[in-house]
Amino acid sequence: MNPCSALASAVALALVTLTTPAVAEPDPQAWEAVLAEADGQTVYWNAWGGDARTNRYIAWVAARMQESYNVDVEHVKLDDTSSAVARVLGEKQASNHQDGSIDLIWINGENFAAMREQDLLFGPFAESLPNFALTHPDDNPEVVTDFTLPTEGYESPWGKAQITFYYDSAQTDTPPQSIEELLAWANENPGRFSYPRIPDFTGSTFLKQALIELTDQEDALYAPVDDAAFEEITAPLWAYLDELHPHLWRSGRSFPASGPNLRTLMSDGELSLAFSFYPTDAAVAVMEYELPDSVRSYVLEGGTLGNVHFVAIPYNSPHKAGAMALANFLLSPEAQAQKQSLSMWGDRTVLAVNQLDENDKALFEQAENHPSALPADALSNTLAEPHPSWMNALQDAWLTRYGVN
Amino acid sequence: MLRLAPLLMIALLVMPVAAGLGMVLLPAFGYLPVLGGESATLAPWQMLFAQPGLWRSVAVSFTSGLASTAAALLIVLLFLAANQDTWLDRSLRRLVSPLLAIPHAAVAFGVAFLIAPSGLMSRAISPWLSGWEFPPDALIVNDPWGLALTFGLVLKEAPFLLLMSLAALPQLHSEKRLRLARSLGYAPTTAWLKVVLPSLYPLIRLPVYAVIAYATSVVDMALILGPRLPPTLSVSILGWFNDPDITRRFMASAAAVLQLGVTLAALVTWWLLEQLVRFISQPWLTNGNRQRGEAALKIIGRGGLTLASLCALVALVGLVLFSLAGFWRFPELLPQSFTFDHWQRSTAMLAAPLRTTALIALLSTGLAALLVVAALEHEQRQHLHPTRALWLLYLPLLVPQIAFLFGLVVAAEKLGIRPQLSLVVAGHLLFVLPYVYLSLAEAYRRLDPRWLSVAQSLGVSRNRAFWRVRLPLMVAPLLTAFAVGLAVSIGQYLPTQLLGAGRVSTVTTEAVALASGGNRRLIGVWALVQAALPLVGFIVALAAPRWIGVSRRTFSRAST
Repeated sequence: MNPCSALASAVALALVTLTTPAVAEPDPQAWEAVLAEADGQTVYWNAWGGDARTNRYIAWVAARMQESYNVDVEHVKLDDTSSAVARVLGEKQASNHQDGSIDLIWINGENFAAMREQDLLFGPFAESLPNFALTHPDDNPEVVTDFTLPTEGYESPWGKAQITFYYDSAQTDTPPQSIEELLAWANENPGRFSYPRIPDFTGSTFLKQALIELTDQEDALYAPVDDAAFEEITAPLWAYLDELHPHLWRSGRSFPASGPNLRTLMSDGELSLAFSFYPTDAAVAVMEYELPDSVRSYVLEGGTLGNVHFVAIPYNSPHKAGAMALANFLLSPEAQAQKQSLSMWGDRTVLAVNQLDENDKALFEQAENHPSALPADALSNTLAEPHPSWMNALQDAWLTRYGVN
Repeated sequence: MLRLAPLLMIALLVMPVAAGLGMVLLPAFGYLPVLGGESATLAPWQMLFAQPGLWRSVAVSFTSGLASTAAALLIVLLFLAANQDTWLDRSLRRLVSPLLAIPHAAVAFGVAFLIAPSGLMSRAISPWLSGWEFPPDALIVNDPWGLALTFGLVLKEAPFLLLMSLAALPQLHSEKRLRLARSLGYAPTTAWLKVVLPSLYPLIRLPVYAVIAYATSVVDMALILGPRLPPTLSVSILGWFNDPDITRRFMASAAAVLQLGVTLAALVTWWLLEQLVRFISQPWLTNGNRQRGEAALKIIGRGGLTLASLCALVALVGLVLFSLAGFWRFPELLPQSFTFDHWQRSTAMLAAPLRTTALIALLSTGLAALLVVAALEHEQRQHLHPTRALWLLYLPLLVPQIAFLFGLVVAAEKLGIRPQLSLVVAGHLLFVLPYVYLSLAEAYRRLDPRWLSVAQSLGVSRNRAFWRVRLPLMVAPLLTAFAVGLAVSIGQYLPTQLLGAGRVSTVTTEAVALASGGNRRLIGVWALVQAALPLVGFIVALAAPRWIGVSRRTFSRAST
């Protein structure tokens, strides 16, 4: 090596040392090293805290993580997941690139798209997690796509949700089986149905569900919104809503605040038909005295929108190893079976249960069923989520049309 | 040291607000480098003004803020005029502190359940009188004009204004004034309105302004009771700041600046109304009418606050019922079954947040009390008049939280201050300190200076006189101010959540997180716990002076 190139490499080395972050990122490929680094870390897990059952499950996970990996999991209870996104953004704005306050976020497609776009996520890590293989992504592509976007290893699947309708079988014999039937039903039962105010997530999902059923250009929903074609594609939806709104709760002059708010209104007897993104929502509400045990759940005949929910690691998390250890544990058959059991939470597993070994499979067979919950086989009828840009476009269009009463 | 106290206090309050506003003003005009905003632009404002229903949101924020303040003030003043030392007066005075202690969100939930079509009032008459088997489909809560919101705000603000008036009244020697007026033949209520009110109002003016600022920008009550199509401006702002579409933060910042403008406009409007009322009432004050309208004034004066207190109490009973309710369907007036399940399930979750809540409340109130006492003592020793600079003290109460807290978080990040408990305590101090000052200042200034002169003439140093004479005499008002401080701290949601990055979990943050899940039974449990905490503070404040052997009589002699 001549002196000149030696000098050059010394300078280069100095530059590299200066510009690389002081903390080396943990490499998910070297799993033993990740677990060693995770030992003793505290993981701040930002997750919606509005449901006592979810909170209970996360508390159980925290206890198990402490026991098995000496990782301290702190549940940061959010009232709105997007406030965590705002927090990471604020930190990036303040040039806090290494010592962020969030280590793991429970996230869905809309927030994921926003965070990816602004480069706020760490990755790829998900597909290197040892337990990820149990989801068999080749057979279950929904665990590697979120609102049509490939996750590219930037988020790890956690559970499955699907729009589920529920009604009081003591009051209603024949609940509507499609979006079109819903209009006729609302006509006969004025004031007894509603959907959450846009831009609430559940409300926006209802718009997408209706659009899928009503439009004849369904394929367009799985690509970014084309502004020129938006009016034409969505015209049947607005015509439908114009007709539906006068028959809704409060004649469509006000809307419930959120998905959970629908359940409260059912509980008060103000609504006779409602829906939730959680297939076990009605059964849980019965167990917690909120709804009568005559409540029954179902999905529409043509199927309903469903998606997988994920966990992701912000780019500036100081405890990425601990967060990965946690994400991996969440994918273990033990944790997934606990989550699916109705006495704990009732959230469906993302694992390919039929491909598990016999012992692990047995964990899932114990799951009991509740008469108010959706039968397990009903959930196969799942429609895929449109591209995330549709969410924003539909929200804006709805607010322009109906945002002022 | 004492000399520094007022300066330190003002710096502690003004700098964070200024920093927070600065970090909101920049993005409002397009500067937010992390999102690619590098140059000044009016685009955020154009986007904001294109939002459907924006002006309705502004109008509802403005009118509900002004109307609720006016109604609460009117109720309190007429009550004071009509009830001088009657049993009603005494019992309602006792009710004030507990009512003040109920958090806004809890009152809102209670009110919603009281007046909703499926609520307690409707159940009381269903179906035997109304014939309703199902709740009527009427838009009562979340009405487009914010009437339910205004009603809820009145219930919450009236006790605060009453407490502030009661604190200010003794220095006016209202009994003497009234006796004189009565001897000239004025009927009691008319006499009060003509001879006491004109000198009382200037003393409660700042609290009234604080109420207007609060009511025009409130978030938690507006989320529950306010209109939804569109919501109030503050609720919209919260939604835009939290929108997954991150570029909306530019517009959210512009809207936060607009909120500041709306609140300022409401304050200016109120000030103009003050001038108008003064102008119109001049002839009435001196027209010599002694009896006219006396009976009506008396009825309104007694009825208003009684009704408001009753509504608040029934709302609270609704929460208690829910926290114990099994299945409870319309039109049953009472739950079909009762259960302790909701309480049992919550107790395990309660311990940690309870500890954190108490720690933050005690630290922030303790610091605030120290600073306030030091500043007041300085003022007394230097024989200073309450300075105009003290207006600055009210800055955090007059600038809407939502307008500067998001910016404050960014500012703290920029300074490398990570979210932690101490940052939350500092954030609470912003709101606790002015209220402690509001509650304590008049009592402090009112204390007869002769007590201290006597002590000093007996050769006691000024410092010793402060510890041995002034503080013991001030125990009761100090404890009340302390209890108010605790109540304010316990009720804080946004500062706790934002400055603590959600890691600092208090009873209030837990309650709000649960509220998003809509399980009213659990909300009932947490709201009651949230209300019980400050109540403990008030009970201690009332009882402690007796425990430590300073009888109330000593104090009242000292203060007249």
